[in-house]
Amino acid sequence: MHIAEGYLPPVHAVAWSAAAAPFIVHGVRVLTREVRRNPEAPLLLGASGAFTFVLSALKIPSVTGSCSHPTGTGLGAILFRPPVMAVLGTITLLFQALLLAHGGLTTLGANAFSMAILGPWAGYGAYRLGLRAGAPLMVAVFCGAFVADLSTYCVTTVQLALAFPDPSSGFTGALAKFGGIFAVTQIPLAISEGLLTVLVLRLLIQSSPGDLARLGVPFRGRDKAVAR
Amino acid sequence: MSRGTRINALLLAAVLLLAVLPLALGLGDDEEEPFTGSDAQAEVAIAENDPDYDAWFSPLYEPPSGEIESALFAAQAALGAGVLAYYFGLRRGRRQGEAHASSAAGGERP
Repeated sequence: MHIAEGYLPPVHAVAWSAAAAPFIVHGVRVLTREVRRNPEAPLLLGASGAFTFVLSALKIPSVTGSCSHPTGTGLGAILFRPPVMAVLGTITLLFQALLLAHGGLTTLGANAFSMAILGPWAGYGAYRLGLRAGAPLMVAVFCGAFVADLSTYCVTTVQLALAFPDPSSGFTGALAKFGGIFAVTQIPLAISEGLLTVLVLRLLIQSSPGDLARLGVPFRGRDKAVAR
Repeated sequence: MSRGTRINALLLAAVLLLAVLPLALGLGDDEEEPFTGSDAQAEVAIAENDPDYDAWFSPLYEPPSGEIESALFAAQAALGAGVLAYYFGLRRGRRQGEAHASSAAGGERP
């Protein structure tokens, strides 16, 4: 769940927006270059954006007795690299802020920084690290999606703890408090997102091996056979 | 059922289980209001840490009721699912078309 409208002090809201802006501008450039270079790209880009749309609309109950939703940004980060997700994730956030009163315009910068920027980068990093360590593709994909999801809400936790430190225990106390609300709730959801991302990637290997090969996803013949 | 389909079904079942278990085990029973959103809980925590803080901006548009809000969330999910289904349908159709074309071309050869 994102930080609600008006729930970051103006200074924090401006600072996070300023931090997010260059990533989004860079993402738009990368996205237009990708589309221009390859006329087939918009299809799979649309599908990656759609995955984020679906997952971030599903509020799922968690072990903490509260609800949150996954982010769906790991898939696009793995396929198209993180800069593209800065754009797709921000579009999703904007949609929710304008139509659903979920998240907000004043908190858009902070929410984009967590869900559209840091989450995808952390997830992509985990995916590459997994591959380099010799993990099977699907294990690396699971790790990527899991980390993208969970790290998003760790950033949300830090953002709120910075803005609203605990009156007695300060930043650390607030970190524990908001972490209990966001990060712990998110763990089972991040597992779900990891599993769903693996599922979609299996279907992609089956239906569009050409797209995946072009994007440099290292699937082998065996993965393809298993997916069939 | 092929091995691949079985694995896919298992993945989906695991996701469903993860979502249903907290409900089935009654993990929300200790809460005043079970299974509220984490964003609403954060608002409560903010009020505890900084009782004087007031949200200084309110959403431009707010769904008038919980029903409308859930309808809009459902619409968002449906839109995304539709685009995903279009992508997979198109890819599958193209591959089948290519397979037909190549088998037809192969059949015509003497």
